[in-house]
Amino acid sequence: MFQFIIRRTVGALVTLILIGAATFFLFVAAPSDYASLACGKDCSPARLEDIRQALGLNLPIHQQFWDFMSGIVMGRDFPTGHCSAPCLGQSFYSGDMVWSTIMDRFPTTLTLTVGGAVVFVIVGIGAGMIAAYRRGTMVDKVATSVSMVLSSFQIYVLGPLVLLIFVYSTGWMDNPAYHPITDDPWKWFTGLLLPVLVMSTIFTAQYTRMARSSMIEQLAEEHVRTARAKGMSNRYVFFRYAWRGSMIPIVTVLGIDISSMLGGAVVTELTFSLQGIGRLAVDGAVHKDLPLTMGVMLFGAFFILIVNILTDIAYAYIDPRVRLS
Amino acid sequence: MTSPVALDPELESNAEPVKAEQKLEGRSPGQLMWQRFKRDRTGVVCAVVVILYFVIALAAPLLTKISGTDPYTLYGQDPTYADKPILDQFGLPLGYFGGVSGSHWFGVEPQYGRDLFAMLVYGMRTSLFMALGVTVLLMATGVVIGLIGGYFGGRTDYWIGRVTDFFLSFPQQLFFIAFMPVVTAFFVDPREATPTYFRALAMLIVLWLLGWMGMARLVRSTVLSLREREFVEAAKVSGASPWRIVRKEILPNVVTPILVQFTYSLPSTILTIAFLSFAGVGFVEPTPDWGRLFAAAANYTEQDPAFLFFPGLALVIFVLAFNLLGDSVRDAFDPKSGR
Repeated sequence: MFQFIIRRTVGALVTLILIGAATFFLFVAAPSDYASLACGKDCSPARLEDIRQALGLNLPIHQQFWDFMSGIVMGRDFPTGHCSAPCLGQSFYSGDMVWSTIMDRFPTTLTLTVGGAVVFVIVGIGAGMIAAYRRGTMVDKVATSVSMVLSSFQIYVLGPLVLLIFVYSTGWMDNPAYHPITDDPWKWFTGLLLPVLVMSTIFTAQYTRMARSSMIEQLAEEHVRTARAKGMSNRYVFFRYAWRGSMIPIVTVLGIDISSMLGGAVVTELTFSLQGIGRLAVDGAVHKDLPLTMGVMLFGAFFILIVNILTDIAYAYIDPRVRLS
Repeated sequence: MTSPVALDPELESNAEPVKAEQKLEGRSPGQLMWQRFKRDRTGVVCAVVVILYFVIALAAPLLTKISGTDPYTLYGQDPTYADKPILDQFGLPLGYFGGVSGSHWFGVEPQYGRDLFAMLVYGMRTSLFMALGVTVLLMATGVVIGLIGGYFGGRTDYWIGRVTDFFLSFPQQLFFIAFMPVVTAFFVDPREATPTYFRALAMLIVLWLLGWMGMARLVRSTVLSLREREFVEAAKVSGASPWRIVRKEILPNVVTPILVQFTYSLPSTILTIAFLSFAGVGFVEPTPDWGRLFAAAANYTEQDPAFLFFPGLALVIFVLAFNLLGDSVRDAFDPKSGR
């Protein structure tokens, strides 16, 4: 198991370096003029030259690349000041260091994604398993059709609708906002409750359907029949035998879905006017603020790789065959 | 939806012997699929709904001619329409439900007074046909890469696999957003405004570059199992060239999973395009686009919730119909996959 984790971590590091290289060459070394983006709309030639100097764009490309990559590990110096350890550069638009901006915004996004994942895993898989357990009954039919309809609601349709019902017309909830958990856990919880629920709705519905069909498939397997033949109780067979097998395809998809949760976070943050890193990526893209966009991308990739390693470990735990390959 | 498979003569020659023996007339898998699909009432209804959406999108200019509106005119601000006021002094639509009336069927946009019906049908036109183009491109790329990897195997397959894995490790939607300005900056001077057709092209490139992997994987794994089958071996022994084997023996057998995958990826591409426009990096004012309507609706919800109603309902019905259609198509092709 330990070896497995090490192997996956090394693989992830290599991927991260490759992503760093890919983004660097696309963003900085692309044929378009990086410096003129930094300079903005009305830009005098003298100022353009200054910026080129300051960003080190006169240096050979491999030197620039080395500066960028080593900056992430060791920090680097800009003429405007020092940029400490994980240095992702300095925003063109606001002039702030990208890393500290990301760190300011990250708790919101983390709450959204982790909260959303917890909700959809528990509610989605739970509902799916109940539906499979009661297959063919009213419970099953309701769960299946409700999840079918809900999975067609997009965040940007459901979000304003929920806001309208719970905030604007009834005033039952305050406008969603992020409060640090360290300040006031209750406010933290209620502040992001609506966004988290809305964001996880589609996933919850999808997981209900997936868990149900996966469970039904497992119940038809031979080892389940053997267990039944041995006289084990229905509940024991269901939760001990079929459950484990049915989780394998779900965990596989889970790893992919957590990465689309980041995309969901973008929409959720825009819909509920929250200040997270999804918002940051959009702002970066709209203002053509390349260091910011690049920083958010690398950070996102890093986040996803960690999640992927965690899902792989979960996978290896559930399915022993994975560890050997 | 007529099945291209059923009309494909190649498929009939490759009909699986088992199925041909069961029925005396010897139907091709395509014909069998079509028969099963016709019996599935939900599937047929959903197919009709989906086709209707595409017809509406295609006939958008005709429909707006009937309604007498267009998606660009600011009916609330244009002095030509001053005799028929549609907005109150706060810029909110007069009348009920967002200003629904005989001339503005779905009401009007607050502030500008643009016609929602025209904006919606034109927006659907933009989104649906763009998505259709992107999806076809994705399918083609995925099939080619998957075929090469799966058929040739060995070292080629290994490297294609690594590249696929690499692309899959991106946080996709975040990268869609991030790559938009980069791709645009490749071609357009950042100090100038980006023309609309160019935004469309940039979206196409971004979605294409970051979206082909799923299809490639699917095709690869299907081809990998087909490669070992007897009929491929027979073709090899009888001296067929690799190109002929791929074209005549393998490709017809991959059509089924490709078609199933297509019905799943088209709606997801539509939603991705809508997502980009919603986030403000896709289509921008004044191009009518489905996703952009939601971005506007999110701002108006508090004062004028009706503006969200029509585009939202249209989208929910569309996605629901497409999802159900996808399941039906899958079931028709593979009756074993019980729901």
